[in-house]
Amino acid sequence: MSSLQPAQLVEQLHRGDPRSVARAISLVEDQSDVGASIMQGLDQQRLDEALTVGITGPPGAGKSTLTGALIHHLRQQKIRVGIIAVDPSSPLTHGALLGDRIRMMDHALDQDVVVRSMATRGRLGGVCAAAGAAMRIMAASGCRVILVETVGIGQSEMDIASLADITVLVLAPGFGDEIQAMKAGILEVVDLLVINKADMPGAQKLLFDLGKGLRASDQVLQTCASEKQGTADLLTRLLSLEKMLRQEQKLQQRRLCSLRQETVDWSLELFKKRLTALVHAQHCTGIDPRVAAEQLLNRVIPG
Amino acid sequence: MSKKDPSLQGWQDNELARTLARFPERKDKFTCHGGRTVERLALPEEVDQEYLDKLGFPGRYPYTRGVQPTMYRGRFWTMRQYAGFSTAAASNERYRYLLEQGQTGLSVAFDLPTQIGYDSDDPMSLGEVGKVGVAIDTLADMETLFDQIPLDKISTSMTINSPAMVLLAMYIVVAEKQGVSADQIQGTIQNDILKEYVARGTYIFPPQPSLRLITNIFQWCSTNAPKFNTISISGYHIREAGSTAAQEVAFTLANGLTYVQTALDAGLALDDFTPRLAFFFNASSNLLEEVAKFRAARRLWAKLMKERFQAKKPATMMLRFHTQTAGNTLTAQQVDNNIIRVTLQALAAVLGGTQSLHTNSRDEALSLPTEASVRTALRTQQVIAHESGVADTVDPLAGSWYVEQLTDAVEQEAMQLIERVDEFGGVVACIENGFIAGQIEDAAYQYQQEIESGERVIVGVNEFQVDEDVEVPVMRIDPAVEDEQVHQLKQVKAERDQEAGQQCLSDLETAARSESANLMEPVLNAVRCYCSLGEICNVLRGVFGEYRGRAW
Amino acid sequence: MEVYRVLIAKPGLDGHDRGAKFIARALRDAGFEVIYTGIRRTPNEIAASAVQEDVAAVGLSSMSGAHARLFPAVLASLRQAGAADIPVLGGGIIPAEDITLLQEAGICSVFTPGTPAQAIIKAFKDACQQQHQHRN
Repeated sequence: MSSLQPAQLVEQLHRGDPRSVARAISLVEDQSDVGASIMQGLDQQRLDEALTVGITGPPGAGKSTLTGALIHHLRQQKIRVGIIAVDPSSPLTHGALLGDRIRMMDHALDQDVVVRSMATRGRLGGVCAAAGAAMRIMAASGCRVILVETVGIGQSEMDIASLADITVLVLAPGFGDEIQAMKAGILEVVDLLVINKADMPGAQKLLFDLGKGLRASDQVLQTCASEKQGTADLLTRLLSLEKMLRQEQKLQQRRLCSLRQETVDWSLELFKKRLTALVHAQHCTGIDPRVAAEQLLNRVIPG
Repeated sequence: MSKKDPSLQGWQDNELARTLARFPERKDKFTCHGGRTVERLALPEEVDQEYLDKLGFPGRYPYTRGVQPTMYRGRFWTMRQYAGFSTAAASNERYRYLLEQGQTGLSVAFDLPTQIGYDSDDPMSLGEVGKVGVAIDTLADMETLFDQIPLDKISTSMTINSPAMVLLAMYIVVAEKQGVSADQIQGTIQNDILKEYVARGTYIFPPQPSLRLITNIFQWCSTNAPKFNTISISGYHIREAGSTAAQEVAFTLANGLTYVQTALDAGLALDDFTPRLAFFFNASSNLLEEVAKFRAARRLWAKLMKERFQAKKPATMMLRFHTQTAGNTLTAQQVDNNIIRVTLQALAAVLGGTQSLHTNSRDEALSLPTEASVRTALRTQQVIAHESGVADTVDPLAGSWYVEQLTDAVEQEAMQLIERVDEFGGVVACIENGFIAGQIEDAAYQYQQEIESGERVIVGVNEFQVDEDVEVPVMRIDPAVEDEQVHQLKQVKAERDQEAGQQCLSDLETAARSESANLMEPVLNAVRCYCSLGEICNVLRGVFGEYRGRAW
Repeated sequence: MEVYRVLIAKPGLDGHDRGAKFIARALRDAGFEVIYTGIRRTPNEIAASAVQEDVAAVGLSSMSGAHARLFPAVLASLRQAGAADIPVLGGGIIPAEDITLLQEAGICSVFTPGTPAQAIIKAFKDACQQQHQHRN
């Protein structure tokens, strides 16, 4: 596909054309000059109507399988769904292996299941920005629900997951991450906690241990995603939570919050590009870096 | 203690005497050129406790020196070449030729659609029908495959895993039609699903229902087909996927332990099914490490069976194995070099005490082997057997400081890995969490990087290259085979009793839904009604679900 | 800096993915973003994934001898998906005369066992570079 005008591309992605959706995401992710005009042209009503769900958890907890089950239930209800699967890039080579699609191949031929693998590309906040843009492009293409999957329960994974309207943390017995999750105070920021592989020994203990950190008893769900047990309930819970958040006007607040954060992230991303060029262009005057940074910043944003 | 140790005397009077009485040795006297006698079993000056614990005598715990007291002085290993291609009729012709040439066992290669439970007309089968083996859709194909081959006289090894029950059922029904009852049939089905998830990839169902199918087969065969080996626990493919020698031993034995435990949990008695467990290993080019690997595997399995399951019967503790030379070491460059690689590998298998052996052909990095190169591969085994002299004495490398040290090291490393698998919740958990596949992939990547960097020399590939312009004849499967097979399947489906077939499939579904039912009889019934492999597997897919592979 | 995204796929039924996984890792180490589909993918699934992931190249691996039918089938699926511009590279146990046939059918590079990883990486780089020039 040769280059298209942004307007044309946006028109085609609004019709759900798979290639245009994918190209638009790349153009924005690669910080192409046309990125802004693409984002500007997206159908605002569709963006408003879509629900975004962040799913995170330690490796091996069964996130991809859980995502696969959610896709299955959504498709049974004929709901078009988008999935963004985020994996880390190598800090050394910047390359990445993106293998989450394997679990979603059941839906590979379904044009209403839009899957996109995304690497973190070692950027500070940048992946949040790219993932946020991808979510909106998918929404504009008609996806009613968009799932964002990240691996791990570190700060950056939580940041990505909390870009979404609703955040889900997935844990499974036997990984010892519950302690880490509690220490990090993650339970306080997630909307739903899913104990996956609930049929395995240790699930009840995990549930008990985590019970102390929960805000409400209905914040936790048990699933066995490989058997699609409890996963339909999870979807019902997500949709009813959405309804509640919309009724209480909380969804708007959350989105506003995310948009602000994304704006900061995008600014940093774009600034960094120009800033690097600027600093490299200047003669090295031997000035202390801390001092130089202050001077530069004052030039851009007078304090 | 001296060589006149009472334990030596005990071995000579019992194990050895019994074996010699039943199976005389190949020759009355084994000699070198000039008449010097070749000893049956070379021993150290002092047979002390450490020797007895670590090595012992062949045919006696811990079986380090072999599972039979006389090993190849009694009988050579079975030279069993894996074969099968295109249609049942074409393969049948090849088998009958091989049997006329004096071969006593067959080894059937199935095509990939058959191995994954798809009929030849399934869209998934496109391009694969008859490619790497023979296509079997219904009983009719199996009847053709074994036409005029007496199933009471030959033993048949079938490389089939996930749908092993269906192919075994077809084999049993073909035998029935020949007037041969199930208790007379001999052979082996691979039936080792666990390694498919981490290495070979021909899985259909998730691990748990797959283990149930395997246990159902153990159970049914222990009463009805007691001479049939119900599983061949395979390290071969783990090694092909790039594992180290110690990983091959570890993950294979860990799988074996899982099958034993699953069968015990289902209520089977240890000694009823364990004598029918067989193993299958890879022989790679590092000659001494491979010999040590086979010896270590035998000793470790015996120990594990004794310590973990309180096994007492020798047959329960003995690790008997088939070996195939390492396909992944074959190069497309200077293909004749592969003959030399195969020779080294085959020698390792024989020095390591294998029970049967397949030697790869020189051209297998290019295509399925031609008949000429298959013959050279077989000749390689015959030269080792008849000319090299290594088969005239038992476990000839025992007592080499290096080989014994290496045997200990491989055993120790393998045991540590088995313990890690245990810690992570066992083999099934380690399939899901990626521990086993990850270990293999890391080893494979490292090995390949060593080749890329030139640190590891592969002759003809990264050193000693030549400009080649030699036409190597390759074996081709006619693409028309696929259409022909699809046509035959349609015919069989049109001619059978539809109602009876449907009834069998719905009975199978009911049985599959009841966790306590043994599925062997319902599958036998479905096969008799010419239900196809794909139809049977689809019923089971509906009940068990399909395994999708792990995110990577 | 431009980042190349590539799809590594195994069409057909063979489960021997040691080579495919090695290439995937080697490409990652060379700075590519590599999407791996897993084993047993149909040509249509591979084409649909290539489109959704907006990759600059697709690499196919087949060890069972089914390449003659499956590799061209992937090209056809890509055409049907409006993505004929995405270059396809292939590897596996492929006899010499098939290499010519595959190249005539439109597979841009074919690799056999023993091809150095650096040569494969370079072929992917060239293919991606061309595709990026074409698309932008």
